[in-house]
Amino acid sequence: MLKDITLGQYFPGDTVAHRLDPRTKILMVLFYIIALFCAKDLITYGILALCLALCVHISKVGVRSLVRGLKPVTIIIIFTATLNLFFTPGTKILFQWGILQISDTGIHNAVFMVLRIMMLIMGTFLMTYTTSPISLTDGLERLLNWMKALHVPVHELATMMSIALRFIPTLVEETDKIMSAQKARGADFESGNLFEKAKALIPILVPLFISAFRRADELATAMECRCYHGGEGRTKLNVLKYQRRDILALVVSGAIMVGVIVLSRFGL
Amino acid sequence: MEPILQIKHLTHTYGIGTPFQRSAVEDMSFDIYPGEFAGIIGHTGSGKSTLIQHLNGLLKPTSGQILLNGKDIWAEPKKIRNVRFQVGLVFQYPEYQLFEETVYKDIAFGPANMGKTGDELDRCVREAARMVGILDDQLEKSPFELSGGQKRRVALAGVLAMEPQVLILDEPTAGLDPAGRENLMANIRDYHRNKQRTIILVSHSMDEIAQNVDRLLVLKSSHILMSGTPAEVFGRADELITAGLDVPQVTRIAMALKQRGVDIDPAVYTVEKLEQELLAARKGGAVC
Repeated sequence: MLKDITLGQYFPGDTVAHRLDPRTKILMVLFYIIALFCAKDLITYGILALCLALCVHISKVGVRSLVRGLKPVTIIIIFTATLNLFFTPGTKILFQWGILQISDTGIHNAVFMVLRIMMLIMGTFLMTYTTSPISLTDGLERLLNWMKALHVPVHELATMMSIALRFIPTLVEETDKIMSAQKARGADFESGNLFEKAKALIPILVPLFISAFRRADELATAMECRCYHGGEGRTKLNVLKYQRRDILALVVSGAIMVGVIVLSRFGL
Repeated sequence: MEPILQIKHLTHTYGIGTPFQRSAVEDMSFDIYPGEFAGIIGHTGSGKSTLIQHLNGLLKPTSGQILLNGKDIWAEPKKIRNVRFQVGLVFQYPEYQLFEETVYKDIAFGPANMGKTGDELDRCVREAARMVGILDDQLEKSPFELSGGQKRRVALAGVLAMEPQVLILDEPTAGLDPAGRENLMANIRDYHRNKQRTIILVSHSMDEIAQNVDRLLVLKSSHILMSGTPAEVFGRADELITAGLDVPQVTRIAMALKQRGVDIDPAVYTVEKLEQELLAARKGGAVC
């Protein structure tokens, strides 16, 4: 049950999409998101969908695993669609019942909003599917390096992020183990009302928190034993370097973003 | 005598339909009899943990059956909780499951889930605590104030308090110091002697198994390699060693002596037995 969490899981591979510099991929996703929020009509959405499809094809990530990533946000998508559909005022009212009304702009907004959320999630998931968490945080750290001048603890934040990502599978495994152990003592997680179900979680959460704190403490000690003292003067084993393909990818994706913005602003 | 637990052609496959498909247990069949002290031994990854989680219905067999007192435990999936009360399972490192404010409340978690209340509940908790050597004044302490060994006793008491017909212990002494190990095993032996209830001990310490069990099962890569009394199994020490498993230290000494020409039975597995054998050999006029 808990093992089905695929949120942002990394699928190892050896395609161009995998080999791109993590910074390039982060920037590309950023361009893509900006373009997505500027897009207004079928043409601009079409261009972005085409780009997404092309990237998916190159990365050899199965479409099915991308769609599966949408499952956790189904509720948000449905919620947004309903709100937009029933509460948008428009010129042509197609249906009215009390304060609920369906207008042509409402339908238009609902459709494009759902498309926007779906494409947003699929795009970002494509990045996490093709980039290992380590290189992702590495890239993020390098990208945000300039913020160090503003006394933002970039290195510390990146380290915290990679540690958090590293411990997700461990904690999932631990939760499974504790659940089995409490079930062996007759704990019941399935039946009862909401309040009883919440109460049934205590025997899982207390041991889980205790072990998480214990692990954090042990990890901190282990890091200190190896003289970890933050980012100052720390060098990298694998230094990130932009290749020709990175520059090409950035130029192309930047151009597409500008194109989409211009198109949606001024029309054809 | 009717077996209390019957395992029939049990197979469990993880991740069916994915590239990670793997059988952890394959076609295992054996019986456990009432009052028996049985042992299961095998390397990490031999299927021990998967096997025992089937015996109390935490895992559902991919194929095969588990009968408790002659009834299939999955006949009524809704009532699987009753099976868990009858077959108590103590996991590895059980001290990490403690969660209550006091030792007393933690031990009472299992029996309270069974629906026990009042004096009956109190009796179960106090009796279980006594069996594992938890003193009365420790019952009102927080379990997190106790030492590692004591925490483990509390966790063990939490399962004993359900008064299960069959008690399964997964590596109960892992990570304890030698004194703590011997102490805990003595408690478990006392429980077995006084209550005459069935125990299944899972371990990878051959010595611990040899000293305690009446009958044992040797697992290797998802299959049962051998089963029988310790004398029978350790009589085939050569096979165990070829299979990459250990034999008790005493057996190893006896085998070495035999190789050097001392006329003794190498299938001994306790110090007392070896002593007897050696004395007999000396009377027979052998030169050590």
